[in-house]
Amino acid sequence: MSINLKRILSLFTAGASCDQSDRRLILSFYLSLWFLLSAAMVNASVNTTGLAVTDKEVTVGILHSVTGTMAISETGSVQAEKLAIKQINDMGGVLGRKIKYIQEDGASDWPTFAEKSKKLLVNDKVAAVFGCWTSASRKAVLPVFEQYNGMLYYPTFYEGLEQSPNVIYTGQEATQQILAGIDWVVKEKGAKKFYLLGSDYIWPRTSNKIARKHIEKLGLKVVGEEYYPLGHTQFNSVINKIKLRRPDVIYAIVVGGSNVAFYKQLKAAGIDPRKEKPLILTISVTEDEILGIGGENIEGAYAAMKYFQSLPNENNKRFVKAFKEMWGDDIVIGDVTQAAYLGPWLWKAAVEKAGSFDIDKVRAASPGIELHTAPEGYVKIHPNHHLWSKTRIGRALRNGQYELVYETKELMEPDPFPKGYQ
Amino acid sequence: MSFVSFRATFSRHDLVYIGILAALLFAILPLFLDIFRLNLVGKYLTYAFVALGLVLCWGYGGILSLGQGVFFGLGGYAMAMFLKLEASDPESTKIQSTPGIPDFMDWNQITELPWFWEPFYSLPFALLAIIIVPTLFAYIIGVAMFKRRVGGVYFAIITQAIASILTILIIGQQGYTGGVNGITDLRTLLGWDIRTDSAKYILYYLCCFLLLVCLVLAKLITKSKLGRLLVAMRDSEDRVRFSGYDVANFKIFVFCVGAAFAAIGGAMFTLQVGFMSPSFVGIVPSIEMVIFCAVGGRFSIYGAIYGTLVVNWAKTTFSESFPELWLFAMGALFIGVTMSFPRGLAGLYSSYVEPFILNRWKQLKSKQNLKVSAEQARV
Amino acid sequence: MFSDYTSAELVSIFAMQGFAGLILFSVFVLMALGLAIIFGQMGVINMAHGEFMILGAYITYLLSSFFENNLPSLFSIYFFLAMILAFIVTAALGALVEWGMVRHLYRRPLDTLLATWGLSLILQQVYRSVFGAREVGVTLPDWMMGSIPLTDLVEIPFNGVFVMILTFVIAVSVYFLMFKSRFGGQVRAVVQNRPMAGAVGINTQKVDRITFAIGCGIAGIAGSAFTMIGSTGPTSGQLYIVDTFLVVVFGGAASLLGTIASAFTISQAQSTMEFFLSGSMAKVLTLLVVVGILMIRPQGLFALKIRR
Repeated sequence: MSINLKRILSLFTAGASCDQSDRRLILSFYLSLWFLLSAAMVNASVNTTGLAVTDKEVTVGILHSVTGTMAISETGSVQAEKLAIKQINDMGGVLGRKIKYIQEDGASDWPTFAEKSKKLLVNDKVAAVFGCWTSASRKAVLPVFEQYNGMLYYPTFYEGLEQSPNVIYTGQEATQQILAGIDWVVKEKGAKKFYLLGSDYIWPRTSNKIARKHIEKLGLKVVGEEYYPLGHTQFNSVINKIKLRRPDVIYAIVVGGSNVAFYKQLKAAGIDPRKEKPLILTISVTEDEILGIGGENIEGAYAAMKYFQSLPNENNKRFVKAFKEMWGDDIVIGDVTQAAYLGPWLWKAAVEKAGSFDIDKVRAASPGIELHTAPEGYVKIHPNHHLWSKTRIGRALRNGQYELVYETKELMEPDPFPKGYQ
Repeated sequence: MSFVSFRATFSRHDLVYIGILAALLFAILPLFLDIFRLNLVGKYLTYAFVALGLVLCWGYGGILSLGQGVFFGLGGYAMAMFLKLEASDPESTKIQSTPGIPDFMDWNQITELPWFWEPFYSLPFALLAIIIVPTLFAYIIGVAMFKRRVGGVYFAIITQAIASILTILIIGQQGYTGGVNGITDLRTLLGWDIRTDSAKYILYYLCCFLLLVCLVLAKLITKSKLGRLLVAMRDSEDRVRFSGYDVANFKIFVFCVGAAFAAIGGAMFTLQVGFMSPSFVGIVPSIEMVIFCAVGGRFSIYGAIYGTLVVNWAKTTFSESFPELWLFAMGALFIGVTMSFPRGLAGLYSSYVEPFILNRWKQLKSKQNLKVSAEQARV
Repeated sequence: MFSDYTSAELVSIFAMQGFAGLILFSVFVLMALGLAIIFGQMGVINMAHGEFMILGAYITYLLSSFFENNLPSLFSIYFFLAMILAFIVTAALGALVEWGMVRHLYRRPLDTLLATWGLSLILQQVYRSVFGAREVGVTLPDWMMGSIPLTDLVEIPFNGVFVMILTFVIAVSVYFLMFKSRFGGQVRAVVQNRPMAGAVGINTQKVDRITFAIGCGIAGIAGSAFTMIGSTGPTSGQLYIVDTFLVVVFGGAASLLGTIASAFTISQAQSTMEFFLSGSMAKVLTLLVVVGILMIRPQGLFALKIRR
């Protein structure tokens, strides 16, 4: 109601250019008045801002690419979010309301993401959006979420350098993934020389920057740093360089289809990850990517993540079982998929703590929300809207899974603007 | 082109068509669409600038550029650079280690503004750059290619390669360009918030107005001697050359015009959508824009605009209702149009709808005449 | 930039980079040969060339899982069978496309570009619906993934050698097909003067269809071979298309020898620059040089002199 009044006022003051929409606005104002009055008093108290909430249902949005180049990566997230929503509904929903989702396709195209997020927030009035995968898509929708005050649950591990009141980051920011991994490889494997490699965009570059600072802080050496365009398929030159510089560790942040080319060519050139000479440590290859690379090509490489499908705790066993029941037996679950699964649960917990679907109240309730049932173990929302999580190191197996070889004792504190690493 | 020849340039048909288009854009769409949908239409219209330029280059000049995204992108980036500098005043960027420069530069350890960003503090410079940089770039490409008589398929492939080079360059130099994320979070234009609903309305009308201006310009070009020469060149380049004309100059000119139109479209895109990213520079968007033009009818200036609107509207609708099927629909549309309707919507219109309307018109008139003559006879 | 290395290392650098360049060269030739036949000989711009390659890759994937599960004893040789099948299937699809689409557009070469772009969108979505949006992993026989160590630094990867041999075999067969066989004579006759070729009794329609099918079939073999070094996903094909076209155009479209020469030049340039610059800049520079040369010499390296 108040929003509509404000809009009408602002439109009147804005000048002549918007006359024709006034009648529609006033009409919609009366309609919504009627709607609100006829709705039960219960509904009014949990939803004061006109979100799409009825007595029986609450609508949320799912916004990922199901077409285009990113569909490869984002499919798992969509599946995880749908699973979480189904499980929540089976348990009775949120504040007694079943969750209904509207799915939109970002089509791997950043303006489409912005367009669809606006549709979800303005037309569909969703109470929360679970979505986005790449940093570019998040950057494209961010102004929309801030302008229309929406809530986005973003699942991917990413470069940090961001902290929006309208986003809950359920993946790791860069330091959570990098620092403990490098510490481990230095302590356990005695690594001294590192070769940094990545696809050419912001996440690998920022991550490698943090890695380089950390390596240099430890008094060790970076012997090479290299970037290739997204989708590059010829890595023989860089493999030659790696052979010449003889690093102890190849720190690889290659993404997407390039991964397949990289690991196949690496193995063919005689650098077998199993020999650990050099050792390969990656933060970009989840179980999803191994499907394309082939377990036999990457067996023996290490990955620093917060979740592996093989984690041996009870939460995870239940999660993997439910996931396979819903989406088929031969499916694999990667780090981001698990983070996407957390989104609806964290939102549910925050809504229930706030006793309301209002975005502002959910935001205020979010810091400190704990989830003991998370497949990765236990997570908690930090006041900076990122999650406290552990860093885990896994070793790739021939069957495409990782075996857990190390995990940090304590939860790592999220630090999107790390001092001394910028 | 003076006003004397106005009647010669714009036939009554043209005036009717322009009137209908103006009524659609200025009155009907804003009346029936909410601001969210209208903003989408505004975004589609920015592509229509490119399609308009393509009608000139491809339909009239016979030069198919698969790199129009380059010019769209350059125009858009010029606008975005100005807006980004305005959004990164020292006050709102004080959290950065170097306040006062765009956020992505700070993330890439750049500590002072690069020299080529400096002039973009000035709006007049930015506005000039929007037009001049892409036009100049098109001029250079045009001179290099057309003077050497590169044409047809070769030109298409080389422009495609240029689009791909520029994309890799923008993504690779992320400290200076924002990389794959592009230049995001643009807020104000000279203090005026471009994100509010009222601003969206104003920008939409500005976009429509500029589009109509470009349309009139395009019409002038096609109706002038230059337009007829272009058609002659398209159909038989050698004959025009042997008649003593320097073919290359005409091609360069029309290519530059196309580039300038695309650049205006890019700048309007940045203003209405609020960011610019390398995903508009590459090959895929460039080809998509060619498709808009082909669907509308590559020989029709009006067709280009309707084609853009129709394809984009279909794309949005399809991807909302059947996200997994829209590629099928788009693919089928491309194939269907090129195979069966090479003259696009405009061709359908002129071979089926127009004769029908004219017939009815004539029938009405003759009926009236009959009535009149009958009455006269009675008298 | 050389001072960081000892002379023994320098020798190894050149040996290794030369070899990397040769692999890249083979990859380029494989990509471009099919296109050179279709584009160079027929003037058709096949934007779906990448998708035909990926079809070959998917067929290899299907066969690899079939043999792994049903005939593990023959797994070590399935790859040859996969290549043959990839050729047959893609050639059949190519013939179908020629019959249904391309033959109506011979007079409008720029329109073939648009129509085949539409085809590529449809094929991508078909792959996505059938095989899923994720990339598939093609399991290779172990003998193909190994390498022979020559010195401490220099190793010869089997798959590289395999791609090179394959390229050589295909290039030679294409040469014999186009220049030594009766069919090749007909193709060249049609390219150089279509009405005249028809007048002397060549069935130009049939020649067109077979040429197109062979071009697509070679793309299928290339795709099959690329499962050794690249990824197989619905959109992987798009990655190759610009490079491929540039190789063909740079070589001088109508000349097969030109295609090979240009693949050699571009691959050596790129792999040399990759060693001294970052990957992205090497790519940009290579493309820039190619575009620059094409502006100076638009007909490409080897131009076929015919009357048009």
